[in-house]
Amino acid sequence: MITEPTAQPADRPPVLEMRRITKRYPGVLANDGIDLDVRAGEIHALLGENGAGKSTLMNILYGLTTPDSGEILMNGAPVTINGPADAIRRGISMVHQHFMLVPVLTVAENILLGDEPMANRIFLDRGAAHDRIRELSRFFGTELDPDVKVGSLSVGWQQRVEILKALYREAKILVLDEPTAVLTPQETREVFTVLRRLTTALGTSIVFISHKLYEVLDIADRITVIRRGKVVGSRIPSETDEDDLAEMMVGREVQLTVDRGESHPGRPLLSVTGLNAKDDRGHVVVHDLDFEVRAGEIFGIAGVAGNGQDELVGALTGLRRPTSGRVVLDGRDVTGASPRGLHDAGVGFVPGDRHRFGLVLTFPLTDNLVLNDYYHPPYATGLRRNDGAVTAYAEQAIAEYDIRTPSATVSASTLSGGNQQKVIVAREFDGDLSLLVLDQPTRGLDVGSIEFIHRQAIRRRDSGVAIVLVSAELDEVLELSDRIGVMFRGRIVAVLDGRTADREEIGLLMATGGRDSGIQPQIVEQAS
Amino acid sequence: MNAIGPALRRVRDVALLPTIAILLALLFGAVLMILSSPLVKGFDPTLPLTSYRALVVGAFGSTTGLVNTVVSAAPIVLAGLAVGIGFKAGLFNIGAQGQFLMGAVASTMVAITLNDSPAVVAIPLSLVGGLIGGLAWGFVPGFLKAWTGAHEVVTTIMLNYIAIYVVAYIISGPLRGEHVTFARTDTILAGALPVILGHDGHIGILLVALIVPAAWWLLFRSTIGFEIRTVGANPDAARYAGMRPRWITVFTMSLCGMLAGLAGAMDILGQVHYMPASFSTSVGFDGIAVALIGRAHPVGILFAGLLFGAMQAGAGLMQIQAGVPVQMVSVLQAVILFFLAAELIVRRVVRVRTPSAGVTELSTVSRTYGEQTGL
Repeated sequence: MITEPTAQPADRPPVLEMRRITKRYPGVLANDGIDLDVRAGEIHALLGENGAGKSTLMNILYGLTTPDSGEILMNGAPVTINGPADAIRRGISMVHQHFMLVPVLTVAENILLGDEPMANRIFLDRGAAHDRIRELSRFFGTELDPDVKVGSLSVGWQQRVEILKALYREAKILVLDEPTAVLTPQETREVFTVLRRLTTALGTSIVFISHKLYEVLDIADRITVIRRGKVVGSRIPSETDEDDLAEMMVGREVQLTVDRGESHPGRPLLSVTGLNAKDDRGHVVVHDLDFEVRAGEIFGIAGVAGNGQDELVGALTGLRRPTSGRVVLDGRDVTGASPRGLHDAGVGFVPGDRHRFGLVLTFPLTDNLVLNDYYHPPYATGLRRNDGAVTAYAEQAIAEYDIRTPSATVSASTLSGGNQQKVIVAREFDGDLSLLVLDQPTRGLDVGSIEFIHRQAIRRRDSGVAIVLVSAELDEVLELSDRIGVMFRGRIVAVLDGRTADREEIGLLMATGGRDSGIQPQIVEQAS
Repeated sequence: MNAIGPALRRVRDVALLPTIAILLALLFGAVLMILSSPLVKGFDPTLPLTSYRALVVGAFGSTTGLVNTVVSAAPIVLAGLAVGIGFKAGLFNIGAQGQFLMGAVASTMVAITLNDSPAVVAIPLSLVGGLIGGLAWGFVPGFLKAWTGAHEVVTTIMLNYIAIYVVAYIISGPLRGEHVTFARTDTILAGALPVILGHDGHIGILLVALIVPAAWWLLFRSTIGFEIRTVGANPDAARYAGMRPRWITVFTMSLCGMLAGLAGAMDILGQVHYMPASFSTSVGFDGIAVALIGRAHPVGILFAGLLFGAMQAGAGLMQIQAGVPVQMVSVLQAVILFFLAAELIVRRVVRVRTPSAGVTELSTVSRTYGEQTGL
């Protein structure tokens, strides 16, 4: 994927050295004597699971928090970084996973925000700033109009604005936190080209935080793996592979792709015809969807976030009433049924926003595990809740789904993201199901939890459940789906065979909705 | 530290900050008394001791004092529940005062109408009247919140004012007594609550003694309570789980209204025995304070209510023996609230390190108005 020759910065002196950085939070040793050095013009990947200590280390570098011990050296001289403003002044810039942009302001206004060039004491010097932005934006291959509103740009371009902001402030060290999480494969490649250009042309050093192994292997000059606050080791991409890195990250051998085995789709369980749905602002964002999912089949929905997936999921799970169309589950019309009606009809739902919908964080695991089953026997008799039955079920679910928790009565907020998601999976995957709707089931989770959840999905598929999988992670869709529907602007523009589909082709469909942009659904029926 | 069980530790964690707030308030009151003593009888650094002693003796030192404490506490505890259960559902029921007044006036209407009937008929029906009066004033803001999104803080405050004038109209108009010198009703006879303890200990205190555990059971052991708490903690998750947040909002506000209404009925039928046109009371507002001090937990509210009741019962003796005016009690109550609200400052000063999660009642208070809760 790299388009320009890789520089060899190995012999250059480090511009940044972090030495024996230690940071302790109550109960956690977030950073335990971490050493990290970044050379001029180097792309240095920082790899680790959630909670491994990457963010703490970068927050220390950015001056957001101070280390308990250890030192930071820039160009060989020790420095103390007092807050982000100080970091920026020293040439350190950070691009966050969630962009810190104001959508109603223009590109130029966003870039100048916080560091406005003054023509005199009162007025901004817009002219000079605009020229500089145009000049810098040539790094991206095209010139970016500084007067365009950020809100009207695609996510990929918004990220470029973030990078531009860093360049404008003459960043020598650019920290990118999970920069590709929201991008299509094509956009990712373009961003990689830009990053490569920055290192060769400007000598910028880049710290690239990620948990996507193949990306790190593709872009980085060096890879440092962190686990539980400690550096496990450093590698050069040519001397390692995904399995090696995954093992370093997790501390044990992991199976990166679950063996999905043969699927044996049966009769159609879910059939959606002519479905339309509106978003919260009243715009129709799901247009005339038709699709079928069979028993024992995983139907993956790929698409760039915001192409109607949320509203489709809402319409399938009772959280949103479709404006027209029909949803038929196992021969029963369930269009517009309530969440409880669907739950009783055998629909399990792992919501995309687990903190907003999936859990009540202040409640104990026991209550969360029966969140939608609390009202009927054995968990309740009439109005009276049966704590004994709830606790017994919770303990069984905790054991069966390998939820790591000190007890069943701690509140859900004390669990790690992976274990929180396992609570939801335990609740929703259990019992007699005909349909499972999985919305971003592994977003933000560690490799071990992802592996576990994928296995459970395959297990339920094999038990004859129809599964709809919506995910922004194309790899996840490719890995699990028997058929893949690509969603673009509220329509399924193509349905592909999950085993033969090509990620480049899907990426293109995700980005453009099809080459001739005429929306011609190309249906590939699963051979069975 | 490790010797105490997890249940006890939870009680300690929950009760610690209110206790500190109460102690700080007493300290503040002491300073205030010492500083103001020269204005009355000359500088007297022992004045706080004398007055707090009188306060305690007045509230607990005699059977009469004890009964007074319990009787004063009864309606406050009910009003506290009316606010506290609302907190659990994520609702800030400032309207307990209005619901209290409507309950009081409705029960008075029934009691006056039934003044010649036997007590067995008049008492239950008058109490039901109080429930219905409060219910009306709770249902309306609940309904408006659930179906139009009108914030309950705004609507209940408005309804508080409406209640004041509705009471004034009813009492000075249709319900004005015949042989009275100012605007009030006739004396309630048949509907008056029988005394079972000492001079003033009416049967209502028994009712409260039953309602507190019932409220606890409802909140923590029933499916409805689970729904109430889920809606309060996360309305989106409640909807996802198949609960009906709108319905729960209406139900909870109605229930809260009934509790406050019952408090009003109890005050009239048990203590005052008539209703004046301008019924000066602050029980509804005390309910807010009590719910906050009791951390929205029925048992906490019971203790906080008893504390407020004791302060009212002992205030008289404090004024007589120490010359400190009864209004000092209101000052102390306000200062307790202040320290509770300034939780962060208290934490810093006293270096308390209990988990701050679970203080849902305070976040309910501070939640922004007009926010879309996704009902």
